[in-house]
Amino acid sequence: MTGRSLTLKALALSLVVFASPVLPVAADTTGKASIEDFSKIRIGGTDVSQSTLDNGLQVVVIPDRRAPIVTHMVWYRVGAADEEPGKSGLAHFLEHLMFKGTKNTPEGEFSKMVAQVGGQENAFTSQDYTAYFQQVAKEHLEMVMGYEADRMSNLILTEKQVNPERDVVLEERSQRVDRSPAARLSETFDQVLFPNSPYGIPVIGWKDEIQSLNKDDAIAFYDKYYTPNNAILIVAGDVTSEDVLDLAKKTYGKVEQRAEPGPRDRPHVQIVPGNREVSLQSDQVAQPSLQHGWIVPSSTTAEPTESEALEVLSDILGGGVNSRLYQELVIEGEMATSAGAWYQSTALDDTRLILYTSPKDGVSLEELEKKALSIVNDLLENGVTAEEVERSKRSMLASAIYAQDKQDVLARIFGTALTTGGSVDKVQTWPARVAKVTPEQVQAVAQKYLTETSVASYLMPAAQAENVE
Amino acid sequence: MKAKVLMAASASASRLTASLFALMALSFLIVASFAQSSQAIEIKEVKSPGGITAWLVEDYTVPIIALNFAFAGGSSQDTDAKLGVTNLLSTMLDEGAGDLDSQAFQGRLEDLTMSLSFSTGRDFFYGSFQSLQANKDHTFEMLRLAVNEPRFDAGPLERMKTQTISGIRRSLKRPDALAGLTLSKTIFPDHPYGRPSRGTEDTVSKLTSDDLKAQRAKIFAKDSLKIGVVGAISADELAVVLDKVFADLPENGDLVEIPNVEPVTDKNVHVDFESPQTSIQFGLPGYKRHDPKFMSAFVMNHILGGGTFSSWLYDEIREQRGLAYSVGSYLVPYQHSALLMGSTGTRPDKAGEAIDIIKAQMERMAQTGPTPAELEEAKSYLTGSYALNFDSSSSIARQLTGIQTQGLGIDYIDKRNEMVEAVTLEGVREVARDMFDGIEPTFVTVGKPLN
Repeated sequence: MTGRSLTLKALALSLVVFASPVLPVAADTTGKASIEDFSKIRIGGTDVSQSTLDNGLQVVVIPDRRAPIVTHMVWYRVGAADEEPGKSGLAHFLEHLMFKGTKNTPEGEFSKMVAQVGGQENAFTSQDYTAYFQQVAKEHLEMVMGYEADRMSNLILTEKQVNPERDVVLEERSQRVDRSPAARLSETFDQVLFPNSPYGIPVIGWKDEIQSLNKDDAIAFYDKYYTPNNAILIVAGDVTSEDVLDLAKKTYGKVEQRAEPGPRDRPHVQIVPGNREVSLQSDQVAQPSLQHGWIVPSSTTAEPTESEALEVLSDILGGGVNSRLYQELVIEGEMATSAGAWYQSTALDDTRLILYTSPKDGVSLEELEKKALSIVNDLLENGVTAEEVERSKRSMLASAIYAQDKQDVLARIFGTALTTGGSVDKVQTWPARVAKVTPEQVQAVAQKYLTETSVASYLMPAAQAENVE
Repeated sequence: MKAKVLMAASASASRLTASLFALMALSFLIVASFAQSSQAIEIKEVKSPGGITAWLVEDYTVPIIALNFAFAGGSSQDTDAKLGVTNLLSTMLDEGAGDLDSQAFQGRLEDLTMSLSFSTGRDFFYGSFQSLQANKDHTFEMLRLAVNEPRFDAGPLERMKTQTISGIRRSLKRPDALAGLTLSKTIFPDHPYGRPSRGTEDTVSKLTSDDLKAQRAKIFAKDSLKIGVVGAISADELAVVLDKVFADLPENGDLVEIPNVEPVTDKNVHVDFESPQTSIQFGLPGYKRHDPKFMSAFVMNHILGGGTFSSWLYDEIREQRGLAYSVGSYLVPYQHSALLMGSTGTRPDKAGEAIDIIKAQMERMAQTGPTPAELEEAKSYLTGSYALNFDSSSSIARQLTGIQTQGLGIDYIDKRNEMVEAVTLEGVREVARDMFDGIEPTFVTVGKPLN
């Protein structure tokens, strides 16, 4: 559903913008709010609490009293990158199957109960985590906690349920990937960018491997990873920490540990020599485009200050219409219709920084690529200005206040961080760390990571593409 | 349900995409989310000395202000020759205004950490603004400039035309977008609603700054202006802001009258397209927002193919047969027509089966209707989900504006629950018979040739 995927996109976007507590921010005479004030913000506010139940379930509560609703999420520290070779797509397939009922709850009952109270529910899988959530009026929190706790240990699957659901996933793959040239090339790009790392394998899985997944695979994965000591409960909304903890003990507290998943040591990303390029030509491509990708550390694998500096770097380089790439390629150079860059800071292992752009009619990919890389090189050689750094920091930190406006965004920020090696404290003090980033640090991370040869990707229309209309 | 986050795609979203999302959500509001209130949201009607009216929900919890507004007259006001002009106008208001050229204006928006975006629907032109409370004097000035003094300079105009054309080309290569364009054209063959809102490559390439000025003069007027405001601002403060931003607009717009139109049914259009999946979209006549039967139709649609994972279409097509990842239907109440639309996507050899199932479920709805239990569950969902539509300042502001554009009254939020509760089994069966009995929807398929 397009609405749904847009929602996820917007929410995931906020993973790099973070939220804040209620804190008035003063403006100076030019209307600019001060970085100093922003830096004092604690994301999620001063009432965020954390604890751990006897069975190992971690509990995080983020009070937000504006509307009588709660966002209830369970995050598992397992994602597609934890799958065994040959079983790609299993984490995501199990996510679908988690809606098929338990020994106590027939298929559909949980969803029906959520629907009856006008709640929303969904689930999502990434390389590093799998999460389930409901948003309901606060009086229904115990109900959803009860059902979610039940499916943490009592899932039952039959062939009759598993087989059509596998067809659904194959259709999902068709819809998201196979019918889109850009998405197909993106899979190839990831594969080449991340040698030796499961991050190169698509979350949804390779088609032939999805086709071979079965009930036993799903149950084995479930038994290994869906255990309270591998999960995090996050509740944001009109609740107190005490109430949530009481309810958590009554519901999740009864779930026994079934396994000890152990450390998440995956094969490490390798930087391999040589020029790596991928390309795809199709008559379904309307506009050519190109990407360059570099392997960079995540907030988990980075040295102190590096991840925040990379965030500022990607913002200055390509974070919006005022960024260098947009300004120089789209506005001044009049060579491109779009241009930008992004950095995925939340990941358990090393991650990526991506540059992308799409040429105007009459401009070749080669020409545009040359210019785009010269913008990167200029930054490597000459660094960034103090003014650029201030501007980027201000807009990143202000996003923290806007994100505060939505409790489910807040819950996701904590969930993502905690399943990728972060901590509650690290999330809360993000503004203070960003506020300290200097131009020198930005140039240093650029020189350290963007001087490696990038991986290039070219999406091109077929030579004799014909217009549909 | 069971969607997955594609991290790469997500993280690549720019700030531009974020504002786009806000606009998409706006169009959703009109269709589906007139939720009721289970708790009081206090809406004040604020009238400025200059005669501008806005609805305000004061809330100081988070130090931000969200403002949304709408003028009557969206893309249906385009002439055939200037197709896409209203959409292009929406992309140009933040590309320079007053003394600030495009670059200076965009730089100032970033310095002020505010968001400002504009969009067009078929019937309305929308604006959306968000500011930190601390910056409000400066940010409202930026809003005033964008609304009153846009520049339409040549450089940015060319850039926005190029980006728009690029988007048009891309949509002609995307099965879902292509199906949507084809469905509109088929259902409204000789009506503004049948045309692409963004225009065509040909029409957009010929648009000029004079065209934008003329279109702005037609649409931007006080007589149809609706405003919703939420956040850290008092009624007195807001009154001053309203005059500052909007009072200099002309009293009346110059809108072309759009005729009412009946959607064309019983057409089957196939577009050949090389794809591993066939996109299916369908439409047939629905009910306008003010029709007394609208609410019955709304509840009926919820059961047939609406929001939850328990709709008949979802169950038959996805759960029982695994034919599709997504399937759904929704009501589209335009000002001059009304539709029930829906969509799904399946492997090419199953497209015919999926269409047969959709038709069969409409037939079932017309013949037997829902069970009393299904009706109660639907009502329970629709009344209970109210609060979720009011979970952020910007979404509340959108609701306030949407309720006004639909002419529903300031007490609508309080009454909406009762209106859903009042829907009866007989009412649902009656609209189902009226909508589906003896009526064949128009279907569009985009994919490999049908067997």
